[in-house]
Amino acid sequence: MTDKAHLDIEYVSQLARLDLSAAEKEKLGSQLAAILEHFDALKAVDVSGVEPTAHAHAVENVWREGDRAGPVYDPEVLSSMAPESRDNQVVVPKVVE
Amino acid sequence: MPELYHQTIAQLSAALEAGSLTSVALMQAVIERTEAVEPQVKAFIHRDAEDALQQAHASDERRASGNSLGPLDGIPIGIKDILAVKGQPLRCASKMLDNFVSPYDATVIAQLKAAGAVLWGRLNMDEFAMGSSTENSAYMATANPWDLDRIPGGSSGGSAAAIAAGQAIATIGTDTGGSIRQPAALCGVVGMKPTYGLVSRYGLVAFASSLDQAGPMTRTVEDAALLLQTMLGKDPLDSTSIAMPKVPDFRAELKHRKGPWKLGVPREFFGDGIDPEVKANIEAAIEWYRAQGSEIVDISLPHAHLSVPVYYIVATAEASSNLARFDGVRYGHRSVAVEDALSLFTQSRGEGFGDEVKRRIILGTYVLSSGYYDAYYLRAQKVRTLIRRDFENAFETVDAILSPTSPTPAFKRGERSNDPLAMYLSDIYTIAVNLAGLPALSLPSGFTSNGLPIGLQVIGKAFGEADLFAVAQAYEQAHNFHLVTAEL
Repeated sequence: MTDKAHLDIEYVSQLARLDLSAAEKEKLGSQLAAILEHFDALKAVDVSGVEPTAHAHAVENVWREGDRAGPVYDPEVLSSMAPESRDNQVVVPKVVE
Repeated sequence: MPELYHQTIAQLSAALEAGSLTSVALMQAVIERTEAVEPQVKAFIHRDAEDALQQAHASDERRASGNSLGPLDGIPIGIKDILAVKGQPLRCASKMLDNFVSPYDATVIAQLKAAGAVLWGRLNMDEFAMGSSTENSAYMATANPWDLDRIPGGSSGGSAAAIAAGQAIATIGTDTGGSIRQPAALCGVVGMKPTYGLVSRYGLVAFASSLDQAGPMTRTVEDAALLLQTMLGKDPLDSTSIAMPKVPDFRAELKHRKGPWKLGVPREFFGDGIDPEVKANIEAAIEWYRAQGSEIVDISLPHAHLSVPVYYIVATAEASSNLARFDGVRYGHRSVAVEDALSLFTQSRGEGFGDEVKRRIILGTYVLSSGYYDAYYLRAQKVRTLIRRDFENAFETVDAILSPTSPTPAFKRGERSNDPLAMYLSDIYTIAVNLAGLPALSLPSGFTSNGLPIGLQVIGKAFGEADLFAVAQAYEQAHNFHLVTAEL
C-alpha cells in the first residue's frame, strides 16, 4: 500500500471541492495519518484471485421495460428549494465568460 | 402497568382496539412526557405536537368508523432526521440542510402512513449519520437517559434515547455500520438492522449506499417484528431493494419458532478492547442459551478484525460520492460571499459540513483518487468479499450468531470526540454485518454495576429475520430487562 505521507490535503480538498481552513487542514492531516496507519492492516491480506464486493447481494443490470410517466413536481416546488431562483430557474454565478 | 409512554406497540394497539384508549390520549401522554424530559435528553431536532395530534385524531376517527389500518394505527413513531416526510424539515442534523423541507415521502414513511402510524418529530443524529455518539449533530448533543453525562450512541442516538426516555413508543433509525444497534445497546432498547435490500432506501439521505438500511427501534422484539412487517418490500424507486421470496408473518412466527438452536459464538469478538463487565454479561447470556438446550458452537470469523479498515474505506468512498450533491446550487446551504462557480461549491461545502463529515469526504476522496484506488478501495472491496465468506461458512453450521453489540457501555460525552479512530472502533462488532449485508438485532441483556445498559447482538442469515426475532425473543421473555426503565 502507498505511503501515508502521500495524503496531500491541499490536493485532496480541491478534488473534493471542499474549503478547509488552515487549522482544519492541520488537524485533519494528523488525524488522517493515524487512520491511514490503521488501514495498513489490509496490506497483509492475500487477496489474489478474490473478486471485489460492491454490493452485499448481486445486483444485475436489467433493461428497462420502458419509461412510464410518474409523478412530477411543479417547477415552483423545485425552484423554491434553491438558495436563489428567478422565474423558476436556479440562479448561479456566471460560468461562461 | 407502566405509564402509557413506556408501553409497547403490542400493549397499546390492544388497548386502542379494545376501545379503552384513544390515539389522541396516547399522543397527549407522549407529548407531555416529551416536554417534561426533553430539556435533559435533547432527542428531538424538530417536533410538531399539533400535527401529531391531528394525525392521532384521524386515527381515532378511522377506528370509530371500523376502518382501522392495523396494529400500528394511532401509535406515535419517531423518525430519525434522515428520512423524508413530505412537508416536514429534513436536516440530517447538518447546517447544510438547515432550511430544507422534504417535497416527498420516503417509501418507508409512505408505508408507515399507510399503516396509520402517527409520525412524531425529527430525531437527533450524528450529522449525515456519521458518528457513534450523536455528538456530531450540528444542533445539539443528545444525552443518554440512563446517565445524562453520557452519550446515547449513534448515529441514531435520538431514536434510541427517545424510546428509553418515554418520548416515543417506537422509532425508525438507519444503520450503515451499527447506527441502529449500537445506540439501542447503549440506551437499553431493541434495535434491528434488516437484511440489505429488504427495506427501500428511497427517501433516505444516502451516506454509503451499499450499506445503508433503515430499521425499527422498539422496546421489545415483538414490536420490532410488527414494525418491520410494514417496512419491507421491493420498491420500484430503489433498484437495490429485494422482494423476500416468501414474506413470513413475523409476529405469528414468534409463536412457532421456539428453538433450540445452533448458535455460533465468534471467538474474535471477545478479545482485546472489550469491557470486562460487557464480556461477562454476554458470556452469561450465551450460557443461558446453552442451559435452555441450544447448542453453542465456537466459530471463527478470521477476517472480522479487518472490518474497521474495510468499512472506513468503502463507506467514506461512497460518502464522498453521495455527498457531492450538496454543492449549494439546487438546495441546501449556499455561501453568501462567492466569486465564481467553483467558490460557490467549495465555500458552501466548507461552511455547511461539520468536522466528521469533512474528515470522511477527504478520506473517501483520497481512497478513490488516481494512484490510490487499487491500493485502498479495490483492496477493501476484496477483503469485504472475504468477510462475507466468513459469515457464509459460519452459517453452514449455525442458525444465528451471538456477540456483544458494543465493546463498552455508553462513554462520557467528549471522551472520544478528538480521537476519531477510538470512536470508529466502537463499531467493531457491528460493521462486519453491514459489509456482509446480513440482518442483526441488539436487545437489552442487563446492566453494568453502575447501571448502564448492555446489549446482546444476534446476527442472522440473509432474509432470516423470522429466526433472528425468535432467538432474541427467547432471551428477552426470560429476563425482562425491557421492563426496567431509566429514571428521569
